[in-house]
Amino acid sequence: MKKIINDPNQVVQDMVDGLVAAFPETLKQVPDTFVVARADSAVTGKVALVSGGGSGHEPAHAGYIGKGMLDAAVCGEVFTSPTPDQVFEAIKAVDSGEGVFLVIKNYTGDVLNFEMAAELAEAEGIKVANVIVNDDVAVEDSSFTTGRRGIAGTVFVHKIAGAKAEVGGTLDEVKGVAEKVVANVRSMGMALTPCTVPAAGEPSFTLAENEMEIGMGIHGEPGINRGSIASADEIADTLMGKILEDYDFSGEVAVLVNGLGSTPEMELYILNKKVQDILADRGIKVYKTFVGEYMTSLEMAGCSVSLLKLDDELKELLNAESLAPAFRM
Amino acid sequence: MELHARDMVNWFELANEKIKQNKSYLTSLDQPIGDGDHGINMARGYQEAVNRLLAKEYSEPSEVLKDASMALLSKVGGASGPLYGTAFLKMAMAVKGKDYLDLESLSVGVKAALDGLKQRGKSETGEKTMIDVWSPVATYFSNPSSFHSNGLVETARTAMEKTKDTMATKGRASYFKEKSIGHIDPGSASSCYIFEALAEVIGEKE
Repeated sequence: MKKIINDPNQVVQDMVDGLVAAFPETLKQVPDTFVVARADSAVTGKVALVSGGGSGHEPAHAGYIGKGMLDAAVCGEVFTSPTPDQVFEAIKAVDSGEGVFLVIKNYTGDVLNFEMAAELAEAEGIKVANVIVNDDVAVEDSSFTTGRRGIAGTVFVHKIAGAKAEVGGTLDEVKGVAEKVVANVRSMGMALTPCTVPAAGEPSFTLAENEMEIGMGIHGEPGINRGSIASADEIADTLMGKILEDYDFSGEVAVLVNGLGSTPEMELYILNKKVQDILADRGIKVYKTFVGEYMTSLEMAGCSVSLLKLDDELKELLNAESLAPAFRM
Repeated sequence: MELHARDMVNWFELANEKIKQNKSYLTSLDQPIGDGDHGINMARGYQEAVNRLLAKEYSEPSEVLKDASMALLSKVGGASGPLYGTAFLKMAMAVKGKDYLDLESLSVGVKAALDGLKQRGKSETGEKTMIDVWSPVATYFSNPSSFHSNGLVETARTAMEKTKDTMATKGRASYFKEKSIGHIDPGSASSCYIFEALAEVIGEKE
């Protein structure tokens, strides 16, 4: 394992310290927690947004804290959900009395810990609502299983629900628009190399030099198939084929081409070229494109593509101002 | 048979020992069908629970269960933290006010814990989760006249072994679908150690 760290067991603490030091005028750490919050929180008269999850997906989620997006993010251990007491601290830190909205990625641990925190908050009289993001079409969508995972499409939920809260949306309205994003967003990823959780010291799986895995999750969960490495165009075809087959994107969309940690931007742009061609061929209009690292998986090489179908309301909220360091608009 | 507060602390100490001894094994069960951290997380959480329990004096079993629950909730993480936290919290609430636990009140407590697990995990038996161990154990407790600590161990072990033949439909292992068959569920294994520890505590009083 070759990483720029001090102690594998201290990486989350050290990262949070460094992150807050980088943006001292906009971010603060809630004392004795791994919770990062807007420096000016609780923001009076505004519904607050809290997200979070295991660390290792930076800039998700703490990079999305700022005016127009999240009020706080809870940083769990690497790839491990934060605990209910930590989420509860985040809720308390940002609640202004208008209620707190939780954006949860669909993983058993995240859902359980956030729900338990919501119960603790409700017991103290804080209004809480949530949305569960499940955009990964690589996983079969079935009510008999845990269901689809939440991946990069989550960033659109942060952006749009955050904008709604910023313009004075009520807790119900923020939940409504967040659910609309979840209903209209689909993603799929692929990996070229594994990643190493610092405390584990070795990769959680292996991929041969000439192999890739289509549909792999952001913690290395299994995908749809493992095969020989293909060209960027073929990869785009596969990912887009599955996404477009899953949902009717006719009309206008936002595109997010996301790097998983060690894929050069050059490769993301090469992939994006084909993504745009495929959409043009289908007569789907692209309203806005985002290319870069938004939801990573430590140093995994690979990418994901997300599409969000837009209407006028979503367009306006997507375009609204955001001062979050990782998503400035 | 009477379990007092100090016996409950002893239960968590024995469970902690077993989890510590089997930390690598639990993690190895979690590697093929999970994210490979169950042993690490459980060992961290149980050690914290024992540390907190030994630092305090207790007069009521339910207080021990409640403090253990809070420690597991804040220290285990993942899905196991809120699940074990919920189980012991529900158990604590079900036996609140009792100076000691007999087989009957233990049965009430284990049943409450099982109901809590089902509700929290939105899961039932047969989905390859810890519920597959807690459920038959709760049934075994429900008949105090034929209860024996050896029978408790046997019930828990048989149930744990059986998860090997089950396909996961809940939790992270469910992504592996039929490939999850042939592996013991890690949460069932850690639950089994917890009931083995309880059987030892009860066995000393039989």
